[in-house]
This record gives sequence, structure tokens and C-alpha cells, in this order.
Amino acid sequence: MDIIIEGIKQAFILIFTLDPEVMGITWLSLKISGTATIISMVLGVSTGTAVALTRFPGRRIVISLINTGMGLPPVVVGLFVTVFLWRNGPLGFLEILYTPASIILAQAVIATPIVMGISLAAMQNLPPGLRLQILALGATRIQMVWMLIKEARLPLLSAIMAGFGGVISEVGASIMVGGNIKGYTRVLTTATVMETGKGNFDIAMALGIILLVLAFIINSILTYVQQRERPR
Amino acid sequence: MTIERPILEARNLQVLRGGVPVLAIPELTINERQVLSLIGPNGAGKSTLLLALTCLIQPSMGNIFFRGQRITSHHDAFSYRRKLAMVFQEPLLFDTTVFENVAAGLKIRGMKKHEYCHAVEKSLDRFGISHLTSRSAVKLSGGEAQRTSLARAFALEPEIIFLDEPFSSLDPPTRSSLIDDLERILRETKTTAVITTHDQMEAMRLSDQIAVMDRGKILQTGIPSEIMNNPVDECVAAFVGMETALAGDVIRSYDGSFIVSVSGREVEAVGTAAPGDSVICFVRPENVTITTGGSGDATSARNRFPGKITRVTPAGLFHKIHLDCGFPLVAYITNISVENLSLVPGKDVTASFKATGVHVIKK
Repeated sequence: MDIIIEGIKQAFILIFTLDPEVMGITWLSLKISGTATIISMVLGVSTGTAVALTRFPGRRIVISLINTGMGLPPVVVGLFVTVFLWRNGPLGFLEILYTPASIILAQAVIATPIVMGISLAAMQNLPPGLRLQILALGATRIQMVWMLIKEARLPLLSAIMAGFGGVISEVGASIMVGGNIKGYTRVLTTATVMETGKGNFDIAMALGIILLVLAFIINSILTYVQQRERPR
Repeated sequence: MTIERPILEARNLQVLRGGVPVLAIPELTINERQVLSLIGPNGAGKSTLLLALTCLIQPSMGNIFFRGQRITSHHDAFSYRRKLAMVFQEPLLFDTTVFENVAAGLKIRGMKKHEYCHAVEKSLDRFGISHLTSRSAVKLSGGEAQRTSLARAFALEPEIIFLDEPFSSLDPPTRSSLIDDLERILRETKTTAVITTHDQMEAMRLSDQIAVMDRGKILQTGIPSEIMNNPVDECVAAFVGMETALAGDVIRSYDGSFIVSVSGREVEAVGTAAPGDSVICFVRPENVTITTGGSGDATSARNRFPGKITRVTPAGLFHKIHLDCGFPLVAYITNISVENLSLVPGKDVTASFKATGVHVIKK
């Protein structure tokens, strides 16, 4: 029991004294996962919207693929990204394995289907007549798409936050493609795994608490946004 | 009424869905300042026709001409859409304020706030919703939402406006006050309008011309009284509310009128027909009068039949009375008369209608 109480005590001391190593890891996590989320937002919202608004052969298969992608296991993504970025792999020339860029890449691969799937559902949930109404108001196609995106802004925001929540808490891919290099590719989750392994429960708990707080903030915003939506 | 120039014409319009024609309109002309109602049952193709007329769907065949110019390219369709407005059955409002909703079309046209502000306020005022200006559009009642949708359309000062069943999801009192306002606004703004509805009363009130549609075709076009009183076939007659349809044979004919035998009763109608013709007589329920007591009162109505009330159903401003006079007959009677004459099921009464009130279609 002592070990837990002592751990929690140490954890709060590390957090409130703004321990440089803990802060560095937190900041790096936010940068990496934030960048990955922005990439997934650009790709996910645009592709999700395009798939929702157009009809083409094989559309159903594409939708099932996107929905499957929402549950991609991070370790599988980590494995494939590692293989691709390996020195003599297809993308080996980039020489980014074990750099923050490779973690961003892996996390973007994980988050994009999540954002895409939720965006697709959000756009499909808009009233079917809305597109015609917007066109009838004299809109160009670009204006129409933009107005639809604005209409679906709340669920689209949830999509982006779900993507961020998915990657900030992911460990498998980050450790495989990043390598958990101190001060370079060590993020909250990989550091927690390592410190726990070494028996440094105080640091592990401090990192764990920060991760929990981040997850709590994201989920609170998500819940707030979803609850604000009117019942239909 | 002066003859106006045509504003919109459709020629040989055809829409196929899954290879099956769902719309086939050889010719339709809408004149400037005219209010045309397209009436017909659900699935008659009314909405499809509106979508084709607004170039929101691409017809499989045929052409649309706006002010004599054929719409050929996407660009033509786009510039045409900037001159029209359309209101759908669902209000389809944006998740913002009422003001922003009404301004939507003007903002799409790139107008700045100081340019559209006045037009928006005027339109809000026209539809009596100025007090809702800063309210959220998603929290409006059905009637308020549809008023906002109409205000959004009229704010554009369209050259032609299309209304697709604009009132059908509203409750009767809301509906009736909105129809009053729309009628007034159409008259004030002299906007050309095409309205679809499945309610012939609505069509009668609003329109200069009515086109009756069924199964993708226009069956008859004419001024309201013509459609109501001279339907071309059974389908139109049934649709425009000729509730009583009596099949019979002509047994005698006179100069200008003839007698039809219906279930052994003799019904007199105005017109010409030869004895032996098989016909259907239509009687509008509002043309049937009910009297109680003796049938000795002098009246000019040529058709008088003793009968029994079988059913009385309230229908808002009047009651719908089903009678058995040897044949079924429906009458609309005001609520006051129903009370005064104590019309209840089982009561013996005399039903009468004029020979001129019988519309005959030859089979």
C-alpha cells in the first residue's frame, strides 16, 4: 500500500514542481499527437465529406473499409509503418524511422479513419433535402459543400477530438516506430511503459495522471458538444 | 386578365428512374405573374416536376426555357437558379439565427451585411416574424420555421418561386394563417409561383391555374373553376373532391338535360346525352342540401331524394354527412345546421341538389 501512496505523492510533486523531464515529455506528446490530428482532420473531413456526398461504384465497400479502419490496432499500424520506413523498405529513403516524424505518420494513419468515419456519418445525418435547398438558394458547388460542413460542425468537432483521443493514448505504434528515445521520441505513453518496467512508479504515475487529465479534458469537451446537440 | 408573356416553359420533359418514366410532360407553360398549382396524389410526380423545372435534377430528355432561353449548360442552370427561389416541405433551416437564415441566399450572392440587412428585415416583417430575428432557427415551432423558410426565399426577390408542399407538415390553424399570408404576399409582390399540393382547397385559394397530375403526367390544366366543375376524367374528378360518384345509364333525354337511372333512382343532369349511354355522375358534397320534415317545400332543385343518415363526421368548419338514398351520397353541412336540424345517424331526411350541380362523365 505504501508504494501506491508514496507514488502518488511523488507524482504530484513532479507535476506541481513542473519537473523539466515530465514537462518535456508532455509537451512532445501534445506536439506529435496534435500534428497527427491536424493531418487526419484535413484528410478525414475532406474524404469523409466527399464519400458522403457522392455516389460511385464500390461506395459501400469504401464505407465498410473506412469503418473497419476506425478500429485499426495501433500495433499493426506500428508494424506496417516500421516495415515501410525500414532502411530498405519502400519509404526507407525518407530516413525518418525513430524520429518524431515517424510517430506523427503512424498516429495520422490511426486517427485518419476515425475522423473520416465519424465525418462520413455526420454528413450523412444531415437532412437529405438540405443540399438541394442550398443549391436552390443559388450556391455554387463549393459554397454548398462549405455550408454543409458548417451545418455538421458539432459532430465534425467530435470526430476530430475522437481522433486526438485515440492517438494521445496510443502506445504500441509510438514505441515501435519512435523507439522511446529520451528527449527525442519519448512520449507520455511510452515513458509510462518504460518507467513502470523499471519500477519507477512515482514518475510512471505522474505521467499516467497527466494522461488521464488530458483524456478527461478531451472527453469533457466531447460530451459537452454532444449534449449541446438538439434532440431529433 | 391580361395575357402575360411566358416566363418558364418545359418541352418534352421526361425523367426516368431505373429505366421507368416517372415524369412525362410534353408541354408546360408558366406565364409571368401567374400562380400555378400542381395537384395530385402522393407519387404523382409533382415534386419531381419541380426539381426538373428548377434544374436541380437533370431530366433524361427534354428542355427547359427560361424567358425564351433554352437552358443547356451547367452554367445556364446556375445563373437560372440565382433568379429563382424554392421552398420545400421541410423548412431545411440552418443551425444559426433566424436572421442569418433569411440572409443565407443573399450572402451566397456575395452581398455584404449593409447591403442585405434591409431586404432581410423587410422579408421578416412580411411574414410576421420580426420578433424572432435573433432566435435560434432550430428551436422554432413548425409554423415559425416554415415562415422563416418562406422569408428566406422571398428575401431574394425571385423572378419565379417554387413551393413544394409548403404547408403539408403544419397543423390546420397554422396552415390556414400561413396560406392567408402567402396569398397576400404573392399578390403584393406579383411573383410568379408554382406550388405543389395534394389539397385542392389550398390550390383553389392560391392559384390562377391548376394542373392535375397523376402517375407522372398532367391530366388537365385550367383555371380553378374549370377543373373543379369540369374534370376531364374520373381520376381528376375523384381528386378534386367529387366525393359522390354514381354509375348509371341514361334513360331519357330532354332538350338540355337528361335523366340517369342510378340504382333505380332517377338523377337529372344538365347537358346532352343519348338514352342508353353509360355515365358516371359526380356530385360535389358542398352542393348537396339536407332538409328535415316533409318534402313538400317548393324548391328549384331538380334532384330530391329521401334517405337516411348513415354517418356524421366532424371535419373542422363543417360536418361530413354520409347518406343512404338508395345510393350513397356525401354532403358537407355547416356545424350550425348540423346542430339546428339535429342531424344524427339514423335520421330520415331529404337530400337535394341541382341538376346543374351534377357533373357527368361518359364511360
